[in-house]
Amino acid sequence: MKQALRWLLPHPSLTLLLTLVWVLLQQTYSPGMAVFGLILGIVIPISTARWWPDRPGRFRLLPMFSYVLLVVWDIIVANIQVAWIVLTRPNARIRSTWVIVPLDLRTPEAITVLAGTITLTPGTVSADLSDEGHSLLVHALDTDDPDAVRDDIKNRYERRLKEIFE
Amino acid sequence: MTLSALATFAIFLCLIIGSVFTLVAGIGLVKLNDSMARLHAPTKAGTLGIGAFLVASMINSFTFGDGALHELLIMGFLFVTAPVSANFIAKVTIHKGACMTPPPPPQDDNWATLSTPDDGQKPDEPTRA
Repeated sequence: MKQALRWLLPHPSLTLLLTLVWVLLQQTYSPGMAVFGLILGIVIPISTARWWPDRPGRFRLLPMFSYVLLVVWDIIVANIQVAWIVLTRPNARIRSTWVIVPLDLRTPEAITVLAGTITLTPGTVSADLSDEGHSLLVHALDTDDPDAVRDDIKNRYERRLKEIFE
Repeated sequence: MTLSALATFAIFLCLIIGSVFTLVAGIGLVKLNDSMARLHAPTKAGTLGIGAFLVASMINSFTFGDGALHELLIMGFLFVTAPVSANFIAKVTIHKGACMTPPPPPQDDNWATLSTPDDGQKPDEPTRA
């Protein structure tokens, strides 16, 4: 029974996500379309399970929600800061630099979300991961204190992601 | 009546915010002189600029139309794909040496972009363009 369920739903959360996306894509909501979305949500994970054998680890939904709100707020605030820098600061006085963030996170999903968050918040772009995944290379547009940027990323985002994913 | 007037003002505000940030992103793309610094501008327009446009579109469709949630999908896909493309551009920039050479990582051997398959040779230095 458990085997059969695992064969039918190799990625339950992907099934849920695909169904939701299909329903959102429709102009009008109808039960038939929801059922068709569910069929797609079952068939697509089964047919792609071969290339994606492991299930992603669990994560906690409620802290994830508050994390998204925090990131959206940070995006708005930091966007204004970066717009100010771009408009008022001459190029010669923009001190962009590399920042290395040592990672405590070990799961690939958590590191991906952290790197995405860093890129989405203005002023920093995550550029690369070290070859064994112990540190993240971040480019900061304008900072006079790279250590402060690093501590900010670690305290503000990484600590929360560690709670969510690990 | 007042509701639709209010909605019109909200749409107006969102459109203004969106266009201002998209404009700033365009200016940044032209003005900044380093390719890594230039990368900061478009990834930001993608977040707040387009986000504001989509909120405007959503308010419009809910007040004057049927109400559609397609914008949430656009926003979701955009927020997922924008960091990936920015990451690719950053990797190319590092490879071509068109930016400051990144400092070596403290714990591991090299950055993933620069490390070569383990055939006993040393990893390549980034080539100077």
